[in-house]
Amino acid sequence: MIDKTTLWIVIIGLGAGSFFLRFVFTGLVGNRAMPAWLLRHLRYTAVAILPALVAPQVLWPAATGGQTDPARLAAACVTFLVGLWTKNVIAAILAGAITLYGLLYLL
Amino acid sequence: MAITTPKSAYLKGIADGAPFILVIIPFATLFGLIATEAGLSVFETLAFSVVVIAGAAQFTALQLLQEEAPTIIVLASALAVNLRMAMYSASLTPWIGGARLWQRALAAYLTVDQSYVVSIAQYERAPDMTIPQRIAYFFGAVTPVVPLWYFFTFIGALLGAQVPDSWALDFAIPITFLAMIAPMFRTLAHVVAAFVAVVVSLLVADVPYSMGLIIAGLCGMIAGAQAELWAGKRKVGQS
Repeated sequence: MIDKTTLWIVIIGLGAGSFFLRFVFTGLVGNRAMPAWLLRHLRYTAVAILPALVAPQVLWPAATGGQTDPARLAAACVTFLVGLWTKNVIAAILAGAITLYGLLYLL
Repeated sequence: MAITTPKSAYLKGIADGAPFILVIIPFATLFGLIATEAGLSVFETLAFSVVVIAGAAQFTALQLLQEEAPTIIVLASALAVNLRMAMYSASLTPWIGGARLWQRALAAYLTVDQSYVVSIAQYERAPDMTIPQRIAYFFGAVTPVVPLWYFFTFIGALLGAQVPDSWALDFAIPITFLAMIAPMFRTLAHVVAAFVAVVVSLLVADVPYSMGLIIAGLCGMIAGAQAELWAGKRKVGQS
């Protein structure tokens, strides 16, 4: 059983801390100019962080206890390739979902 | 739809954020279910989602709370999972840093993976947008996402039953993120950044407290910036 005081400390602390992380640059730097080298790195934030976030989940999903799952791996590849090819987010999501459920059903 | 006013920017934001409805509903419901299963009341579960709005960090905190980890470890781990928000904040600053303080504060509260990725893609596609249009677009992009995040946390907490594993809802998130990222690969430098980030993320997957994600992200960003510099030099050399 989770202790109620601990729970509220975590909810409020995590809320305040998350807000600080989200506000630290947009809020405190504002429209002061940032150096070119920093901006050059920031351009690659999305294409670096998000693939790094999903790659371990694609190869070692928690749902299968970390065992590589052919259905999930194939669904991830299909989603990515359809996204690259069509540049259409919904088409990529649907293709990935169909692959995932199709293979989970067949395998 | 061409963006000419903040209102049309807001509407385009809603349209571009809409695909995430497919992900947010199962993800929020799942959090509600798991939180009530862990012994939280409906009110506590909803408060968690409203105060924190960060799915992955909330799941991390809940997991560690259940394992009775020390409070400081729970906070540090969940915040580490959320460290990427500081990177998003930095990345958004050149685009919306000139907005009013209350708008930046509200945008900060509403900075989640989905609003960030949708907005940054639009800002890069249409660099001529004005700051009010960018802010309106950002708020548009979260409009279909955040209210549903609250509402379906609540529904999940009310349901309180177990969703069968066979629904494979765990994979809703990787699929939508991959679908979002794929159209962003415009130059070789983007490909290099993602490739390096993925390889490093797999090598450091065992680093505790999700620090591996930050390490991998930084490596990818450095690789992308270097690739951009090299590509720029080659172009100058050719001309």
